Amino acid sequence: MQVPAPFEYERATSVDHAIGLLERLGGTARLVAGGHSLLPMMKLRLANFEYLIDINDLHGELGYIRLGAGEVRIGAMTRHRELLESDGLATVLPIFRDAERVIADPIVRNRGTLGGSLCQADPSEDLSAVCTTLDASCVIRGPGGAERVVSMEEFHVGPYETAVAENEMLTEVRIPLKAGRTGSAYAKVERRAGDWAVVSAGSAVVLEDGRIVDARVGLAAVGPNTTGIPEISAALRGHEPGEDMYELAGAIAARSCDPSTDSRGSADYKRHLADELTRRTLRTAVERARS
Amino acid sequence: MQVTMTVNGDEYTREIEGRLLLVHFLRDVLSLTGTHWGCDTSNCGTCVVWMDGEPVKSCTVLAAMAGGREVRTVEGLANGAELDPIQEGFRQCHGLQCGFCTPGMLMTCRALLDKNPDPSEAEIREAISGQICRCTGYASIVRSVKWAASQENQAVTK
Repeated sequence: MQVPAPFEYERATSVDHAIGLLERLGGTARLVAGGHSLLPMMKLRLANFEYLIDINDLHGELGYIRLGAGEVRIGAMTRHRELLESDGLATVLPIFRDAERVIADPIVRNRGTLGGSLCQADPSEDLSAVCTTLDASCVIRGPGGAERVVSMEEFHVGPYETAVAENEMLTEVRIPLKAGRTGSAYAKVERRAGDWAVVSAGSAVVLEDGRIVDARVGLAAVGPNTTGIPEISAALRGHEPGEDMYELAGAIAARSCDPSTDSRGSADYKRHLADELTRRTLRTAVERARS
Repeated sequence: MQVTMTVNGDEYTREIEGRLLLVHFLRDVLSLTGTHWGCDTSNCGTCVVWMDGEPVKSCTVLAAMAGGREVRTVEGLANGAELDPIQEGFRQCHGLQCGFCTPGMLMTCRALLDKNPDPSEAEIREAISGQICRCTGYASIVRSVKWAASQENQAVTK
């Protein structure tokens, strides 16, 4: 029987209340949202805390998808199911629906949240790869309502480690919406349905007059954190999209990433997947941008 | 700590440890053993119950998290001696063999039919993709859900 080590349970009723509890309890406390990553880690005693602060009552405050003119703002407590089912989000950023379809299973998606996924900072986590691909920024709130905004690169400081301090919490993710014809896509290879990625890739492109003005690729499970590859953006900018471009991007992805051999596959196989999935998602993203 | 929740319409207040999982609260504290405890890793889905109307894997929810919420378990499906159509479907179409996955399957499939009264085979298979039947009786389970859907749709048309 797997049971977490003993802890005290607290329930937060607002963001400020949660931050107040964190201020008081410090590093001995951890926030729990859906709990579908944290509780399994606590059962395995990979994570132990004296206090667990339940923030599920904050869904009213932090569960939202706001589509603005140049930006989408998503509350940290927005659940996977809500991201999957949002037609508005799927229209402007179809990469989210692609990813949500392959995250865990429908029951787990009822609980898991965007904020929890990013704060888990697992290198093979799908929404982190999506947010890396989309050049998202993270809003972190601390004592006294002080807010700071950091990029995904700054947010993930290493495997299972984020820029969120002991007395802070992630409240919102902001995703820029680019002008022009845009498309995005996500693809994952997994050992069985709903598993962690062997490798996954996301792509987002912007076309103007038939040429690529911006292309971004993000990879999961091939390094210490999800990885953006700026070299691909530089190589594709200004060119007409086509198979030669996808091949070039795939080759850059394969040599830029740093996978390790494990039970999910060999490093060579993962490099092959990084190449192939980069090509596939770019192809789909361009098709979507053109349609 | 003290927790109060509603289970199948009845309110319960109990003294528990913060680390107690909902599945163990239901089975060991309330003696509602219809909910099964399987893989312990939110993979197999036999522990699925509803919390505020939504199916959740109760091995990965703390009992404390269910405080103040409404829980529905497989014991809450039948209306007295009258089986819920989803239960009757599993009975008519051999939707269970060993029965271990059945409570979770029933709760997930009931939630599916409430949302989508006439699901396709693909939709049923997607809905139960977080449940494992080690007897591999998936074809019969899909037939059982179809049977329940058609019964309910006939009842609506009548």
